[in-house]
Amino acid sequence: MISEQFRILYYDLGRKRGKIVHHQGRNRYIGGSGLAALLFHLYGQPAKSWGEAEQPFILTIGPLTGLFPLMSKVVCAFKSPYHDQYTESHGGGRAALAMRFAGLDAIVITGKAQTLSCLSIGANHIECKEAGFMRGMNALASGKLMRRMFSASSGHRSILRIGQSGETGSAMACINIDTYRHFGRMGGGTVMGDKNLKGIIIHGDNDFDQPEGDYAKLYKKLYTEVTATSMMHKYFDLGTPANLEPLNELQSLPWRNLQTTSDPAISTITGETFAKDALLRNAACSGCPVGCIHIGYFREKSLQANRYHFHQVAYDYEPIFAAGSMLGITDSFDILRVLDSLEKVSLDAMSGGVALAWATEASERGLISENETLVPLRFGDTDGYIKAAAFLGKGINDFYAILAQGTLKAAARYGGGEFACVLGQEMAGYATGELFFASQSLGFRHSHLDTGAYSWDQKNTDKDVDGAVDFLMKDEEDRVLLTSMVACLFARSVYTPEVLAECLDSAGLPGLAASLDESGEYIRKLRWQVRFATGYNPDEVVIPKRFYSVKTWKGEIDRQFLDNLRREYGRRLQGFKVPLDEHTADKER
Amino acid sequence: MKLLTTPRMDQCTGCHSCSLACARLIHKKLSWTCAGIRIESSGGISSGFRAIRCLACDPAPCAEACPTSAYSQRKGGGVIVRKKLCIRCGACVPACPVDAIYQNAQREVFVCIHCGRCVDFCPQNCLDYEKIGTIEEVLL
Repeated sequence: MISEQFRILYYDLGRKRGKIVHHQGRNRYIGGSGLAALLFHLYGQPAKSWGEAEQPFILTIGPLTGLFPLMSKVVCAFKSPYHDQYTESHGGGRAALAMRFAGLDAIVITGKAQTLSCLSIGANHIECKEAGFMRGMNALASGKLMRRMFSASSGHRSILRIGQSGETGSAMACINIDTYRHFGRMGGGTVMGDKNLKGIIIHGDNDFDQPEGDYAKLYKKLYTEVTATSMMHKYFDLGTPANLEPLNELQSLPWRNLQTTSDPAISTITGETFAKDALLRNAACSGCPVGCIHIGYFREKSLQANRYHFHQVAYDYEPIFAAGSMLGITDSFDILRVLDSLEKVSLDAMSGGVALAWATEASERGLISENETLVPLRFGDTDGYIKAAAFLGKGINDFYAILAQGTLKAAARYGGGEFACVLGQEMAGYATGELFFASQSLGFRHSHLDTGAYSWDQKNTDKDVDGAVDFLMKDEEDRVLLTSMVACLFARSVYTPEVLAECLDSAGLPGLAASLDESGEYIRKLRWQVRFATGYNPDEVVIPKRFYSVKTWKGEIDRQFLDNLRREYGRRLQGFKVPLDEHTADKER
Repeated sequence: MKLLTTPRMDQCTGCHSCSLACARLIHKKLSWTCAGIRIESSGGISSGFRAIRCLACDPAPCAEACPTSAYSQRKGGGVIVRKKLCIRCGACVPACPVDAIYQNAQREVFVCIHCGRCVDFCPQNCLDYEKIGTIEEVLL
């Protein structure tokens, strides 16, 4: 049932018209990351600004989406408001299966709607509904309203929406997916907002004949494997917050704007503490039996005595780092309160938390005052951060509007660039060592998930530059295969290239199964080619001074080793800077 | 005689593995709706999940509504389905008092046949396959 051809919905918001396009190239571009890069090449304008109406906003799934467990994510690709270059963000929820059952491998949205609108897509319908009344509405209220506005397919639809940060041009605006998941990084929310697109609802309202042969048998084997292995324990039980304590122990958890990497206060924000005190329940992305989504709660007192209401907020390792240790907050409920504030305005939690950590240190050093921050910012002061998160999301004054463009942009105005925790974008929660700093600052998405550098740092003490960069190059290639499928990266130990080939074979794609090795390398190169075409230059990447003063379990950061890694990784990436001509033929098919 | 039951839906994470299993194993479909058990959020994911499934009526109104005897009464509740007899009229769909019968775009109808094959595919142990008479309480 999975076609050799891609089936793509192309929708022009300006004209309120869509068309279905069939595109060759499954064996070469696979889906996910590969298909997104191809579509940006076909429809994007590399030399023009991210905000031009014709720039595409792209969603893609993979050939195994919905067919096998944990094949449950979507690639969102766009020219980023953060650095005006091509990027990807990955998210889950119901979006992947909704696209599969809407019969679409990709959705490409161009143009700008005349008024704020919501786009509803299903197997048999497309509707762009004006929604000016949603302007200024937060992401959670928007989700509630969209469920009423588009009531069909309950339980079998996905709702993507933005809060205020996406409407105010923030380069940190995320896209909320089904309340608890996100296309978090690089400002995808502002790409939607700039297109006057408040929300997208995808109805998975069709079905397909299943592949013949051994498909059901193979599904059972993989299902048994993922539910019986340690994966369930690792990601379901405590989830990723289980890593907080070990990373703190390894002196690798950023605290208070990375002024230190370990703190005894960790005991109140460990994975165990969250599970014991604040965990309400787990949820899953559709098609994933693991159920790694941890939903916490906090109570809020009403104005009247003895009246309370409660809020539900998803938490993970990264948001706890960003709204917890990085801000010096050491109470699990307080962390959830700050995350709730970030969630409502749809700010990426990592970016927002790290930006506010910088603002706090800048305040301490007298570079900025309450004239800028409007509320006092002090490490550990939850109430201040709840308000500041909302100010940042709404870009309420010049200071917050500039900070929302990126911490280094604010530092360029106010000073304090040396302690801005930015590695290509605001850092992820891994002060593990030199290789991670080099990897995030230069990596394709500037994400901790581009490579397993944070893991390498935790296991290696040698300073073999070539060996370390060899690891990055190989690991990226393996991961790009998975993000083209689009598998959850939690499943990377299960979906080896051999298993992927077996799955593709059973899904009726023997050609792709046979060409996986070449496709992985091909897509990695294509992605970088597209990024370079939009202006990427690894030589321009700066690693702020703060990262050179970090102390981990291995001791102080070795400046020379870090610089050598950065140079060598950058040199290797420059090898992908070649023209995109060879894909032009695909443009004409 | 056994029936599919959903006694622990408060543990459901909304992964749809049960629906996908039913569609795959019983109906040879890739679908999260063409299944005898379907999962919906009860007012947004924040409120948890519920299973839409046959509650094993006896007599079954859907069997009474079926003009071709494609659905006939199953002993102990629910229906026996003979797909070859179905003319896809959809008369069974509104007859079901709990909205448990799904009709797809090709007008095929899907209802739980109480075979229990989905039970092994619930990672959260929400489902059971129990003998009639041993079911303590009907939960959704």
